[in-house]
Amino acid sequence: MRSFAAMSARRGILLPTALVLGCCGALAPAAAAAGLQVPEAATAADAPAQAPAPPAGTASPAPPGSPAAPAPPASPEDIAALRRQIEALRQEYEQRLNALEQRLEQLAGGAAAPSAPATAPSGAAAGPPTAASAGASGAAGAAPPAPAAPVEAPAVQAPAGAPAEASIPGAPTQTSNYFNPSVSVIGNFLGVAGQNHVVTLPAAELRESELALQAIVDPYARADFFISFGEQGVAVEEGFVTFTSLPAQLLAKVGRMRVAFGTINTLHLHVLPWPDEPLPLYNLLGGEDGWVGTGVSVARLLPLPGDTFSELTAQVFRGDSPGLFSAPRRGDLAYNGHYRVFRDLTEALNLTVGASYAYGPNGTSLDAKTRLEGIDVTLRYKPLVTALYHSLVVRGEVMRSERQQPRAIGGEQRALGWFAAADYQLARRWFVGGRLEASDRATDARHTDTGRALLLTFWPSEFSQLRAELRRRHYSVEEQEATEVLLQLQFAIGAHGAHPF
Amino acid sequence: MTASHHPFRFLTVTCLAALAGLAAPMTAAAKVHVVTSLQDFASITTAIGGDRVDVVSLAKGYQDPHFVDAKPSFVLALSRANLLEVAGLELELGYLPPLIDQSRNDAVHPGSPGYLDLSIGCDILQRPTQVVTRAMGDVHPYGNPHYWTDPENGRVIARALAARLSELDPAGAATYAKNLAAFEARLTAREKEWDAKMAPYAGTRVVTFHESWPNFAKHFKLAIVGTVEPKPGIPPTPSHTLEIINLILTQKVPAILVEPYFDHKTPNYIAQKTGAKVLLFYPSVGGIPAITDYFALFDTDIDTFVDAMKGRR
Repeated sequence: MRSFAAMSARRGILLPTALVLGCCGALAPAAAAAGLQVPEAATAADAPAQAPAPPAGTASPAPPGSPAAPAPPASPEDIAALRRQIEALRQEYEQRLNALEQRLEQLAGGAAAPSAPATAPSGAAAGPPTAASAGASGAAGAAPPAPAAPVEAPAVQAPAGAPAEASIPGAPTQTSNYFNPSVSVIGNFLGVAGQNHVVTLPAAELRESELALQAIVDPYARADFFISFGEQGVAVEEGFVTFTSLPAQLLAKVGRMRVAFGTINTLHLHVLPWPDEPLPLYNLLGGEDGWVGTGVSVARLLPLPGDTFSELTAQVFRGDSPGLFSAPRRGDLAYNGHYRVFRDLTEALNLTVGASYAYGPNGTSLDAKTRLEGIDVTLRYKPLVTALYHSLVVRGEVMRSERQQPRAIGGEQRALGWFAAADYQLARRWFVGGRLEASDRATDARHTDTGRALLLTFWPSEFSQLRAELRRRHYSVEEQEATEVLLQLQFAIGAHGAHPF
Repeated sequence: MTASHHPFRFLTVTCLAALAGLAAPMTAAAKVHVVTSLQDFASITTAIGGDRVDVVSLAKGYQDPHFVDAKPSFVLALSRANLLEVAGLELELGYLPPLIDQSRNDAVHPGSPGYLDLSIGCDILQRPTQVVTRAMGDVHPYGNPHYWTDPENGRVIARALAARLSELDPAGAATYAKNLAAFEARLTAREKEWDAKMAPYAGTRVVTFHESWPNFAKHFKLAIVGTVEPKPGIPPTPSHTLEIINLILTQKVPAILVEPYFDHKTPNYIAQKTGAKVLLFYPSVGGIPAITDYFALFDTDIDTFVDAMKGRR
């Protein structure tokens, strides 16, 4: 389930486009024109050198050099003409760059050259540590590390070193935008056909679309906000700060977040391999949205022999969560612990196994608690050479809920739920999948709902996804059999986030 | 008799202990742990760092570098790293940022000396000069990230690496400088050979599957006239395939360069319709076992091309 997810999140892992922005050394507005753009002031000053002086950057008449457009079929004469045009442009810009460089040198010479970064790379052994570290500490932004500058590389063409610097003059006026979080929006349209008298979804709905705002806070933390908005209203699906530089292999999150109970509960709706939540999450973890908590999460790596990844997560949340926990007193909190182990079995095959335990007040009486236990397993197969075209993910979770209730409403309920699912990628853009599921109801474990589903997914691109699910569910309390077709269209705009794993 | 042995044994033990004590930080502990996104960078790092570094690369040479899974096992590698080398230009956008965040390792966060974006200083092509939208496919708004396919960029990368390694491990600065000089000398010599081999084919028109080869084409003076993908990241469509067939026929394009991780069905179809040859072109070290290092990468691709042009393939 690599791609669509692209846009945003697996909650738990963050998807910091901002971070990448930072490291790439240029920001979108500046970078769009970075290739050839010459600062305006400088252009004016140097203008006499050139005759027609095309407007800087934006209106550049250079389709041949443009990134995406493969040249349409053209006659050799056209191509030759274009080549000449490009060559002319290149020479022109080269001259102007040279003129600018000379000016820069003169200016720098006058200012007693605080940055002597052009120290010859070959002399790196002699005394570079100080000069180099000066470059490095600013490496996030525009300043290239000193010796990397291809000062002496004869074959490198003039534009090479320039663009990073070229964006600087514009920067001061853009500081208000510079540190804005990266923004993305994921639309989520669901159409439903068929009969279901128990869970009645509308025929068409724009539901839980998501606005993601993500950025680095400071050297110690990053922040992620996921605002979900449906037709009914807006909610903070997640909003948390992550402290990434704690000692002792710790990673802490504070705020509102999807709880690390199993794996599916941590996933946003749009990265699920289905258009709906499986039954056990629906019946045992609080309904359609699953368990979202407000509190603190701390995760620590626990080294195991070999290259086995293992991580223990401990979470404490406010004791209220719709459909799951309800705290009579402020001091009644909900707790969750998750331990997962990951191992590469072969290069193409890997296995994740996790165990979860959670505990919190259910509000049916002053001291009534609900205890949750879960096991999750994910097996992924993806041969690297054909990774674009074929992959298989098999996953399953089993969870148990022990809910203390007063005798009047049935006494303690022990409910069990599970699902097992597989998704196979047939071709670059096509996936098929299936899911089996069953779950008792948390408040009345005598009743067991069951379901099965078949899925077909098509990705027009990495940024949109069409999915059809044929679903049959049996609701035991109501003695209803429901057969439905769910059609989901998702589309993402904005910053490209990490693919969830 | 025995007494005379004692001082000797004592001395030996003391010396061994002292040596062990010295050796430990010098070898095992003092190694610079390097993680690279690509095997190409790993190869150059090994050439520059020698015994003073150990290198792990996340993506394999036969894998599409845009789509690498953010596996937790990579978190482990990053948590131990002193230096993370990336291609930058958003090539690793899909998997690296969450790994860095989860690494619990300040040293490899962007902005730290242990984070090195190797695109800086390289000759980066296809930097957009107009507004970029995703209507153009999965474009890289900072320029084409496949820049290591120009050996001159390999030189820039090697220099940046030597400088950064010297900064992180000053005791090894002389070694790094020496290794850099050797690498550059070898690169200069090999470049002459490669350029000579490719010289007869200057100006040859080629079609590529993906936009992976502009730097290679620029250095070796090939003219890329089209791509099998209609737009970056968008799989071939029938209408675009027809256009490419016409393009190849009208412009007499002799070769279609295809990376190992793309489906060869469409390129083979095009070849069958046009007579152009499909050449398996490796963009990275490790693409096949024979491509053991950065030099072997160019050896392999250039030989493939030259052999095809001579009609041997």
